[in-house]
Amino acid sequence: MRRRPGSPRRPQSSRTVLGLLVLACVTVMVLDANADESSPVDPLRAGVGAVLGPVESATGTAVRPLRELPESVRTQSSLRAELRELERTNAVLRQELATTALDRNRAAELDGLLQTVEDTGYAVVPARVVGYGAAQSFSRTVTIDAGTTSGIQADQTVLSDAGLVGRVLRVDRRTATVLLVADADSVVGGRLASSMELGFVRGRGDVGGRGRLDLDLADGSVVPGRGDVVVTWGSRAGAPYVAGIPIGIVRAVYSTPRDLAKRAVVEPLVDFTALDLVGVVVPEGTTSDRAVLGAEDSP
Amino acid sequence: MTAVRVLAFSALVVVAIALQTSVFGHLAFQGVVPNLVLLLVVATALARGPEVAATLGLLAGLALDLAPPADHVAGRWALALVVVGYLAGRVRQDAGSSAFAAVVTVAACSFVGTSLFAVSGLLLGDPGVDIAAVLTVVPIGVVYDVLLTPLVLPPVLILLRRLEQTQMAY
Repeated sequence: MRRRPGSPRRPQSSRTVLGLLVLACVTVMVLDANADESSPVDPLRAGVGAVLGPVESATGTAVRPLRELPESVRTQSSLRAELRELERTNAVLRQELATTALDRNRAAELDGLLQTVEDTGYAVVPARVVGYGAAQSFSRTVTIDAGTTSGIQADQTVLSDAGLVGRVLRVDRRTATVLLVADADSVVGGRLASSMELGFVRGRGDVGGRGRLDLDLADGSVVPGRGDVVVTWGSRAGAPYVAGIPIGIVRAVYSTPRDLAKRAVVEPLVDFTALDLVGVVVPEGTTSDRAVLGAEDSP
Repeated sequence: MTAVRVLAFSALVVVAIALQTSVFGHLAFQGVVPNLVLLLVVATALARGPEVAATLGLLAGLALDLAPPADHVAGRWALALVVVGYLAGRVRQDAGSSAFAAVVTVAACSFVGTSLFAVSGLLLGDPGVDIAAVLTVVPIGVVYDVLLTPLVLPPVLILLRRLEQTQMAY
């Protein structure tokens, strides 16, 4: 039933509509929240991901040349000026794309990733970050432009040339969702490189320049030194985290009378706000539609 | 709902989500990006009233909940945007008339939307949602949404009204 636009709407009926819609939302939330292993919403999630993932990839690729420009926008007039500037620069950059410093940057990034691959000895599928989760959603996740067709599975380690980025949460055909180690939900087994002591690295949900991670050490008598490097401890069969990937550097140590264990503040090595090229650690011999770095048998 | 309208609204939602995640991710301030989907729902409310806006809020919110890289319980943005669409639709007689009223509506809706999303997270025990995070994210979100209002609202309103006139001509 469609009423003529502009006719007075009775609040009674719009309240009914509101009630029905809210009920629908609550139903979806209950269905999704109460599921243990596989949620009934998952097929829907996969469908939306299959459609919107490639759209994000395409958009991300299109705006990549603009990355080098100033990042934060604060006032309306500067936003407008910047938009004009961006449009102009975009046109220029498109023309110069083949020869600009961007290609050199990318080559340097790829070199870095290759170096990491050589150092760690893991087979890595390269991917680019194409979508960022908003802080309004209170979870720190990104979309990468590689999915099952590139040999990526859930619970694989994601790293960059600097260090550990996170783990794969969910995979679609052409995209995957990565949970950053800075997310408040993320817990990584960590090891102090100097003393081999074990602990857990937890995110604080803050990805900004001053975002930090917390390290809880299992042994309360160990005092980590400032400047100690924290690396991943590794899980069985390398899922979700492989061993020996650097996570961050200890910046401060404190203990509370209430807790027996010491806590350390870790500065992550990766700049989560400027992620671009990342690598996903895959098992040896994975078949992928793109080159697998570091695999012995790759051509 | 005719096919043309459904198509137009779907296209707007897809464009808003793609811009929000892939373009404004680079322009984020403290991780906060302008909530273009919310602006779209508010614009629809101002042009078409609470019922259409709340329905769009449900569908666009679900898309936002399910599109990568979202990782929260599905339905949370849907709930927030349904309420936003309804509220904005109810005040549209005043807000549709002046630019200032529209900006105030956007600010209020941004506040209500993000807060509702945060509250549903608190109720469901999402570990990322704590009061300190909410207190920093919500004001920045409101400011960012208001900043983008003059760029987003007028073109969307014009588009929606033109769509309406095409429908009336039949």
